[in-house]
Amino acid sequence: MSILIYAESSSEGKFKKVAFELASYAKKVAESLNTTVTAITVNNTNAAELSKYGVDKVLKVSNDKLKNFTAKAYADIIKQAADKENVKLVLLSSTTDSLYMAPLVAVGLNASFASNVVGLPVSMSPFQVKRTAFSNKAYVISELETEVKVLSLAKNSYGLVENASTLTEEDFAPTLNDGDFSVKVESVEKASGKVTIADAEVVVSGGRGLKGPENWGMLEDLASVLGAATACSKPVSDLGWRPHSEHVGQTGKPVATNLYIAVGISGAIQHIAGISSSKVKVVINSDPEAPFFKVADYGIVGDAFDIVPRLTEKLREFKANS
Amino acid sequence: MKILVCISHVPDTTSKINFTNGDAEFDTNGVQFVINPNDEFGLTRAIWFQEQQGANVTVVNVGGPDTEPTLRKALAIGANEAIRVNAAPKDGFFVATQLAEVIKAGNYDLIIAGKESLDYNGGMVPGMLAAILGYNFVNSCTELKVDGTSATASREIDGGKEIVSTTLPLIIGGQKGLVEEKDLKIPNMRGIMTARTKALTVLEPVNAEVTTKAVKFEKPAAKSAVKLISPDNLDELINLLHNEAKVI
Repeated sequence: MSILIYAESSSEGKFKKVAFELASYAKKVAESLNTTVTAITVNNTNAAELSKYGVDKVLKVSNDKLKNFTAKAYADIIKQAADKENVKLVLLSSTTDSLYMAPLVAVGLNASFASNVVGLPVSMSPFQVKRTAFSNKAYVISELETEVKVLSLAKNSYGLVENASTLTEEDFAPTLNDGDFSVKVESVEKASGKVTIADAEVVVSGGRGLKGPENWGMLEDLASVLGAATACSKPVSDLGWRPHSEHVGQTGKPVATNLYIAVGISGAIQHIAGISSSKVKVVINSDPEAPFFKVADYGIVGDAFDIVPRLTEKLREFKANS
Repeated sequence: MKILVCISHVPDTTSKINFTNGDAEFDTNGVQFVINPNDEFGLTRAIWFQEQQGANVTVVNVGGPDTEPTLRKALAIGANEAIRVNAAPKDGFFVATQLAEVIKAGNYDLIIAGKESLDYNGGMVPGMLAAILGYNFVNSCTELKVDGTSATASREIDGGKEIVSTTLPLIIGGQKGLVEEKDLKIPNMRGIMTARTKALTVLEPVNAEVTTKAVKFEKPAAKSAVKLISPDNLDELINLLHNEAKVI
């Protein structure tokens, strides 16, 4: 009757930060349900780290066939673990991989599923959670009406809470069949050494106000000082100045980061929807009427070409001295 | 190849979102409805298969009669026929169950749905369909090629992309990239005229379990006013980010 979490690993076998956030969240929920937290890991080499965040037991799956993420196989593993532990609540992160398999897990377990969950359950009985809807323009309280439930927790919505526990480690060998691998990974392309929007604590984003792709160097300098990922508005990606993978907004990527710096982005409603889960927003724009100022925490009205290089230098000094 | 494109009827991306009936219902007053953008990329890719590979394209929506203009728009863009399952889309599992019935009856080879709709953002219908039917499934799909019964797709992953190969029948959770924004089709007059005469079949829903219920809606809390900092005082911004916001 434990809570089961899927603690996601990187391709190097280390936990992603979202795994610890999920463990922290699960621990809190488990306390109010008077139960324990069981984690499942796939090809992870540091399972013991989970004891820092309140996990009581970890089921460790090691299998070379699972080197690449395969939604069907991974969903199958989680289902088997949930059955074995008689689990009624399965918690997943909101990474691309976890969101891919979540509905498969839910159907496999005859469970209901709620994605983009923010915060602890509003009520345990009936079981109600708060989730974002209408592309972050609103929240909905959803009631999950089946006995088994699957939730995916929105990134950066709960945070890390340390909570030492005694962790029992157990090897787990699920039964996999050929059908689990009917979608075959042929190749993976990942930019190495670059901070991705999904993992970044800080995102530096540029809009049409930057006038052309040749001016992105100064944003990349600012991003590199902050260890940030770079992103852009929809017009910029439509114009081909930056790749689609950097487009953030309602029809692009959502950004839920600690600090979002928008340079030369006016703040169309679709863009704001995509970044509204970010904690602190800074806007640099020459137009004091830009709608982005209405939703920003800090704003500078002025010329980005003058401000950004000076800000980068000052941040470089600040980082060097701190 | 028979393709089914699943269409959600959602508020236009510029819509202001309000609620009514004690915050229990979405207020559709003054809201323009459109084809869910993620579905529109899939629809345009399906039309490409129709034009280049002779595919037949059906569009389907689970919704009331008020959603028919959205289906007609899809027909005007080029779909061959449309199906409407006459039921309010109660939750993702309910919708997936209805669509699974349509797919079983129509023997489709390729089913394209948006990876999520821009209203409830559940992101579950394509995956649930795949699980109910036992079909192959690629989510967050940004490129798709079909050759006979083989398919190659790219899937967006955090920080990059992945190329996968699989076979039909196949369910796709689609998004931007399936086609480029500039290649999205806008219905022309001829398309709009022909759409009037194309078949739009209305089916009654099958019994299906409703597993989740929207109890209440909330709007985000109003935000305090922006703190403006002079461009000549960038140290102040760094100070605020460090000491007040504690993000650097």
